[in-house]
Amino acid sequence: MADILQTPLHDLHIELGAKMTPFAGYDMPLQYDGIMAEHNHTRQSAGLFDVSHMGQAHYTGDEAALEKLITADLSALKPGEQKYTLLLNDEGGIRDDLMISRPFGDDGLFIVVNAATKAADFAHMASKTAGAGNLRMIEDRALIALQGPAAAAAFGQIIPAAADMIFMQCGVFDLDGVELYVSRSGYTGEDGYEISIPASDAAAVARKILADDRVKPIGLGARDSLRLEAGLCLYGHDMDESRTPVEATLMWAIAKSRRERLDFPGAAKVMQQFADKPARKRIGFTMSGAPAREGAEVVKDGQSIGVVTSGGFGPTIGGPVGMAYVDLEHAIADTEFEILLRGKARPAKVTKMPFVEHRFYRG
Amino acid sequence: MSVKFTKDHEWVRVDGDEATVGITAYAAEQLGDVVFVELPDVGKSFESGDEMAVVESVKAASEVYAPVSGEVVAVNDVLEGEPQKVNESADGDGWFVKLKLSDKSQLDGLMDEAAYTAHIS
Repeated sequence: MADILQTPLHDLHIELGAKMTPFAGYDMPLQYDGIMAEHNHTRQSAGLFDVSHMGQAHYTGDEAALEKLITADLSALKPGEQKYTLLLNDEGGIRDDLMISRPFGDDGLFIVVNAATKAADFAHMASKTAGAGNLRMIEDRALIALQGPAAAAAFGQIIPAAADMIFMQCGVFDLDGVELYVSRSGYTGEDGYEISIPASDAAAVARKILADDRVKPIGLGARDSLRLEAGLCLYGHDMDESRTPVEATLMWAIAKSRRERLDFPGAAKVMQQFADKPARKRIGFTMSGAPAREGAEVVKDGQSIGVVTSGGFGPTIGGPVGMAYVDLEHAIADTEFEILLRGKARPAKVTKMPFVEHRFYRG
Repeated sequence: MSVKFTKDHEWVRVDGDEATVGITAYAAEQLGDVVFVELPDVGKSFESGDEMAVVESVKAASEVYAPVSGEVVAVNDVLEGEPQKVNESADGDGWFVKLKLSDKSQLDGLMDEAAYTAHIS
């Protein structure tokens, strides 16, 4: 095992009293005041997250070469826009989910991928685009997320023009000579921003944002409960290479033009499965009592019908929430089934996601 | 009345041949926000070391083991509606069960408060 890595904000986390935990090779803040308090603060005001463990890259050159690997229509991605997209293998299995954007005008694409998959993703992208484009990993920048209903007001104090952005827009902003790559997006279901900052300036910018009373630092614990309530998938849990976008109910992330052209990886297989319907698909569920956790078996009438891929307590919902892959005939809203918890069958039911309404700013 | 502790962070308050059992404030702090407690049925008997209850925090599920052998004579029903009592008052209102002790000599194998304080520091 290699030495555990630190993000540029590591010292700040320690100073703020974070309880740290290893995650994807990094020593990351699990919590500061407590997961419940941090979750609620993000929903009610604004929370600042360190997501510097995620992978950032800049791609320039022939975009068709990169487009072949993902599900977005890059010709439709205008300067100042961002898209959520999927990196698929040749069978249509999900290698990763990622954000791709055009914050630099004509100068290529900015890519953000998951921490645990970044080395494999970038190696794959670099080898498949070799000779056509140039993928440069950005390792000298931190990435933070500011999320919550007060995020726009708080960030607007520092970058006034950012308040005019709408959901999934992006751009480059100057803060006293520091170049910030900003997108209006996130992983909580709330309005907010993701902000890439040169590593050497990251702590100063984070402190500037935290100086606003509305903003508190938030750890990975609340990041997980927030994204789960928002119905957002966690890579490696709610999707992986063994799942297709059809099974993961992420077909919306495949651009219409790409479906028509059948030119994304595994397109024939994915579109055939889409037409035939998959054997299982991802659903959300709610229950009372103890929360079902990842790996718990879903049963109905004594038969195994699926497996929980994410589960926990949703502080805003005030009860357990989760995601599971279940047999298609049971993947219908309000269908009741049981989940086995420590050998006991606990009632649960299919519940439409998001569990907590998204509050993205669309202008 | 004496209070004893286990290395798994349970406390045992002994009163005659009955013992009240809960988890320590240190354990509650480590678990974080408790959102559900699964308690055993009254009348059930446990051997020392058996899994007796489960505490669910926002983070994860943790087992609570019977610190001594005995039969459950009462459970703290308050925790069903107010699991946060475990965080607020781990060694008071947040108690889990009362056991009728089957072998009081097992108490000798548990830690006193000074030993437990040393154990967690």
